[in-house]
Amino acid sequence: MTGEQFKITKHREIHRAFRAAFPHTIPIFAGFWFLGLTYGVYMNVSGFSFIYPMLMSVTIFAGSMEFVTVNLLLGAFNPLQAFAMTLMINARHLFYGISMLEKYRGYGWRSFYLIFGMCDESFSINYTAMIPKDIDKGWFMFFVTALNHFYWFFGAALGGIFGSLIHFDTEGLDFVMTAMFVVIFLEQWLKEKNHVSSLLGLALSLICLIAFGGGNFIIPAMLAILFLLTVIRRPLEVRIGLSADIAKKTEKGGEQP
Amino acid sequence: MTVAQQVITVAVVVLATMLTRFLPFLVFPAGRPTPKYIQYLGKVLPSAVFGLLIIYCLKDVSIFTGNRALPELISIALVIILHLWKRQMLLSIAGGTVCYMLLVQFVF
Repeated sequence: MTGEQFKITKHREIHRAFRAAFPHTIPIFAGFWFLGLTYGVYMNVSGFSFIYPMLMSVTIFAGSMEFVTVNLLLGAFNPLQAFAMTLMINARHLFYGISMLEKYRGYGWRSFYLIFGMCDESFSINYTAMIPKDIDKGWFMFFVTALNHFYWFFGAALGGIFGSLIHFDTEGLDFVMTAMFVVIFLEQWLKEKNHVSSLLGLALSLICLIAFGGGNFIIPAMLAILFLLTVIRRPLEVRIGLSADIAKKTEKGGEQP
Repeated sequence: MTVAQQVITVAVVVLATMLTRFLPFLVFPAGRPTPKYIQYLGKVLPSAVFGLLIIYCLKDVSIFTGNRALPELISIALVIILHLWKRQMLLSIAGGTVCYMLLVQFVF
């Protein structure tokens, strides 16, 4: 293959990965555009120049934390508190990283970007999406992450610039995120042979939400999930192993996981 | 806060966020085999995390006051029904969201 041909093939490969990734991000477009806009407007009415939401949406790229940062900026200067709060609010990323150790490795600079941009939504799509065999996985995941990153930036910048001028009845549009996570949960549910972990995640989070309230339930919920999954490791491993064997026998050469 | 203090605050938030994202990859480098326990967690955690994320989205819904949880419950039920019926991700999400918007704007 000549250099020119190689370039064309490579170009086509990237283009196809983009076309495969884009539909997966459409719900995020709706959600991020709206939430980003809300965030930008919030910064605007809090008295910050549009430069702030623009830069923060690109560098932090963690939705709920950016809202919290607005409050931090309005309060007294306390970097230690900012550090501790960020660690707590974003601790769930640790779970994502552990789950993505294998999937996100081996793509060079793209790996770095995939980890940098690992928000809830990009993680969820990249973990569950059935990427067709002829599509380059690295580029697919790259575009999912980059598109989501762009939507968020786009909304935040728009909200920051036009701020108080914007007024429309989009009440309830934020449900698009809930709907997306329900679908992703359901997809995972239909794919897995054993539902213990899914049920534990729902039940323990709900219990912790009721016990600790909306602002503080994530860390206790994570600890409870981690603890129980550790306790039931042996029996669960056996079950997963067994059901995987049965699955292999019944559906030969089925879909890729 | 001065501009310098604001820059430091944002930088600290960025640093801490990146720490939560990069830490697992730094602690368990590519060359060495990942401990069996971590591999196990990597396999079983996502299902639980997706459950956590649903509850996270619903964290501001007050179950105990009035009928505020009804639009959520109805719309989630619709998402599930649509998805089990057609298994079209975009259709399920759009259907549920439109239903929710209609409910909160006109019904409740």
